[in-house]
Amino acid sequence: MNGFEAPTIEYGQLAPLLLVFGAACIGVLVEAFAPRYLRKSIQVPLSLLSLIGAFALVIVQVARGGVPTTASAMGAVAVDGPSLFIWGVILVLSLGAVLMVNDDGHFVASAAAVPGSADEEEAETSGGAHTEVYPLVLFAVGGMLLFAASHDLLVMFVALEVMSLPLYLLCGLARRRRLLSQEASLKYFLLGAFSSAFFLYGMAMIYGYAGTVSLPGISQAMSTGSLMDPLLLLGFSLLGVGLLFKIGAAPFHAWKPDVYQGAPTPITALMASGTLVAAMGAVLRVFWVALGNLDWDWRPVMWVVAALTMIVGAILAITQTDIKRMLAYSSIAHAGFLLIGVMATFEAAEKNAASLSAILFYLLVYGFTTVGAFAVVTMVRDPGGEAGHLSRWAGLGKRSPLLAGVFAFFLLAFAGIPLTSGFFGKYAVFAAAVSSGTQTGDSMGAWMTGLVVVGVIASAIAAFFYVRVIVLMFFSEPAADGPTVVAPSMGTAVVIGVALLVTVGVGLFPQPALDIANQAASGLFIR
Amino acid sequence: MTTQYLILSGLIFAIGALGVLIRRNAIVVFMCVELMLNACNLAFVTFARQNGNLEGQIIAFFVMVVAAAEVVVGLAIIVTIFRTRRSASVDDANLLKY
Repeated sequence: MNGFEAPTIEYGQLAPLLLVFGAACIGVLVEAFAPRYLRKSIQVPLSLLSLIGAFALVIVQVARGGVPTTASAMGAVAVDGPSLFIWGVILVLSLGAVLMVNDDGHFVASAAAVPGSADEEEAETSGGAHTEVYPLVLFAVGGMLLFAASHDLLVMFVALEVMSLPLYLLCGLARRRRLLSQEASLKYFLLGAFSSAFFLYGMAMIYGYAGTVSLPGISQAMSTGSLMDPLLLLGFSLLGVGLLFKIGAAPFHAWKPDVYQGAPTPITALMASGTLVAAMGAVLRVFWVALGNLDWDWRPVMWVVAALTMIVGAILAITQTDIKRMLAYSSIAHAGFLLIGVMATFEAAEKNAASLSAILFYLLVYGFTTVGAFAVVTMVRDPGGEAGHLSRWAGLGKRSPLLAGVFAFFLLAFAGIPLTSGFFGKYAVFAAAVSSGTQTGDSMGAWMTGLVVVGVIASAIAAFFYVRVIVLMFFSEPAADGPTVVAPSMGTAVVIGVALLVTVGVGLFPQPALDIANQAASGLFIR
Repeated sequence: MTTQYLILSGLIFAIGALGVLIRRNAIVVFMCVELMLNACNLAFVTFARQNGNLEGQIIAFFVMVVAAAEVVVGLAIIVTIFRTRRSASVDDANLLKY
């Protein structure tokens, strides 16, 4: 041992991450020291500016052409092309989520007050509000950024927790239907903690096999060691359980509908877009960078998971009667479509870049459509809160054609109808999968084509329930005591507008967005 | 030489996982999750010994900190739901289904 050496940290490359975490810490201090009446007017600009600032830093880094070719912070964080792309997407989507969080009436006045008690009434009438929501959202966003860019498993685990712990709490803070919200929080927490224990045990097994937890280190250990070592196989299975839970893939999807339904809608929007994007980034990094040499082992497993996820998501969505639950199952189906892209690996690097670019593009378009759809859900209200039950949405097209039209458009984009962004996302992923199946020497060929067929069938089933909602909105008579459509706040209007613009714009002119995704994917992941 | 420790760690992990699946009280379920995390720690330290590097021992410290943070959040959630429902049973939390 020759003493400690000071680590080198590339502050410039990590600046977006540090800005978000720094603002979150300042937000906590504001909660501790600022008087109550000032807090909201400090927290809102702080959160918005830090997210905008972090996005600007990402853009500056890309514009300078300074995408590094080695991992930053002593090999802990990889700020490569895909990371920067994912950071940009997460930051814009979470900006939308914060604008929705900013609306009054989503969050409980005092989470500690028992629902229906005198305490709660008092908290409501005194106009109390939990401004802690803002720093919690920032911590969750910071965790998402780090999760997608982590270059070793320890950082990935810590990022997973930094992302999840604030979300567990945020899920339980809905103002209306508090029992549902608290139940969602409990379920998400217990299952999330359970799955991260699996992730951790898998990490321990892989550490036992490779002697390191750095992703390229694991890959290197596999190139010299045995690929049949039980430690390795057990390790990657358990690691896979933890990661697939986070994206909500089929045998581990049970939490998603419950949590999406119970959580306050702005938080659902954040989870459905940001968490999925970040978790896909982490899945790609683990399976492509660390376990790339093992693809003969994990691709058949992933085949089953992807097929199951698409079918379960699409079929169970049909039977749903709650709009948020239906969107949750739709999000499960989309996770399955994305897993098809994860399986589209090649021997040749430039072809891998094509599948990576397809996944990044899919994440971009899916994220915007999701945030927009949930923003619409916040606007349709009953006296007791949001009108969740689908029957309440009947005839909405006659009462407020504009809103129903926008929502119908988002649903068509989810279904992947041509001229919406969703079509190009699905097309890109399916095309990558088919071409990976037809490469020479790949015995998975017919299977990959088969999976794409399953994907197309699942899309067709999914299209059925999306269209059913559209028919319900436009071709049935509105109920006499139907829900009211509240006028959107400035923030919600901006969110819906931008989401609509991206969904239409990318649907009509996909090339600019595809170019950005191609450029981000061209360098693949840092190894 | 380290095999016994790994077997013990595997046993503790299995007991924890089984406990999460069969116990009904949210606090006990949560304790079982903590048991699983501790099994991970034991495995990390054992492998650190076996591999002859310190990484595993350092990871164990990180896991302890994460577990502590998880306790803070978890107990807050469980206590809130207990105050509302007067029950910490995971079977009673059954409003969200189908």
